[in-house]
Amino acid sequence: MGSKLIVIFIGAILINNFVLSRFLGICPFLGVSKQVETATGMGMAVTFVMTVSSAVTWVVQKLILEKFGLEYLQTIVFILVIASLVQLVEMVILKSSPTLYQALGVYLPLITTNCAVLGVTILNIDSGYNLLESMVHGFAAALGFTLAIVIFAGVRERLAFSDIPKPFQGFPIALITASLLSIAFLGFQGLL
Amino acid sequence: MSFMKEFRRGLVKENPTFSLLLGMCPTLAVTTAAANGLGMGLATTAVLTASNLLISLIRNVVPNKIRIPVYVVVIASFVTVVDLVMQAFLPGLHAVLGLFIPLIVVNCIILQRAEAFASQHGPLDSIADGLGMGLGFTGALTILGSIREIIGAGTIFGKAIFGASYQPMLIMILAPGAFLTLGLLIALLNYLRMRRSA
Repeated sequence: MGSKLIVIFIGAILINNFVLSRFLGICPFLGVSKQVETATGMGMAVTFVMTVSSAVTWVVQKLILEKFGLEYLQTIVFILVIASLVQLVEMVILKSSPTLYQALGVYLPLITTNCAVLGVTILNIDSGYNLLESMVHGFAAALGFTLAIVIFAGVRERLAFSDIPKPFQGFPIALITASLLSIAFLGFQGLL
Repeated sequence: MSFMKEFRRGLVKENPTFSLLLGMCPTLAVTTAAANGLGMGLATTAVLTASNLLISLIRNVVPNKIRIPVYVVVIASFVTVVDLVMQAFLPGLHAVLGLFIPLIVVNCIILQRAEAFASQHGPLDSIADGLGMGLGFTGALTILGSIREIIGAGTIFGKAIFGASYQPMLIMILAPGAFLTLGLLIALLNYLRMRRSA
């Protein structure tokens, strides 16, 4: 039991990193990664939303959808659960840290359309995880997201001061940086 | 003809992938082969056109404050329809695209078009916009998928094009190849655009 949790935990952070090998959550990864500070804030918000929504959607799936044979409503119900949670997080951040709220800007409500969140909840169900495993998977996947986005933001902060050929400025160089980062994460492939 | 105008806009000038940079997750994830890119693109086009039409029809009924949740539910319903249809008629493609079919719900292109276009235009223009944007997206995914498939596997749409001596560059099919190909393609487009304006 304990060892399975560790495998899920390490696997979701390093081996199947959500951003760099599963391609989930690319929009905020490219959009909110210009500064380490905002990237960290985004990572924390996503971590909270992903962990809680993993738990809530698991309960909804098992106790409501499967009980009444409504599995085909999964997509619709999950996205509504996530949207409500994001609203909650938005209100909490606005009250507790207006600076962070300003920095995250439009990307905060956009956590709803962060495919990493919906992706992790569907993956939990598809992989047949129980409640605890789902939460660990959600938490670890979000940590993996945070790790990737913070490293990436660190690189981009330096990129801002380097002399980049004109056609590569902006997104192209960011994508190529992500590619190199992804090669680095390929190195973890044989870990487990 | 405003229908053709709206239709053509999404194809090249405001191509969702290459100039608006929307919907990056499926763009990068499913383009390991040309056929997958094409399938994903067409599924997205179907959802986008249908949701644009419905949102345009209900745009005057939905209160402004709850419009986003309403849009999301509309989109999610169409995604469910596409998901079930695909499962029934194209089980092979459904298995390959897997997780990314329900994830069409959170494809930013669809919500962005609903918010920026369909909620302010009539049904016919909205269909044109949905088709144009959707096919622009499909085109981009197919190009990306073809490049990765040719270099990474030596095939196109599953057919071998190089001789047996070709050593495929596996990395193009793996995750890093996706970022690299898209980065280089956008850089190339930027370069061409700059040359034209210079």
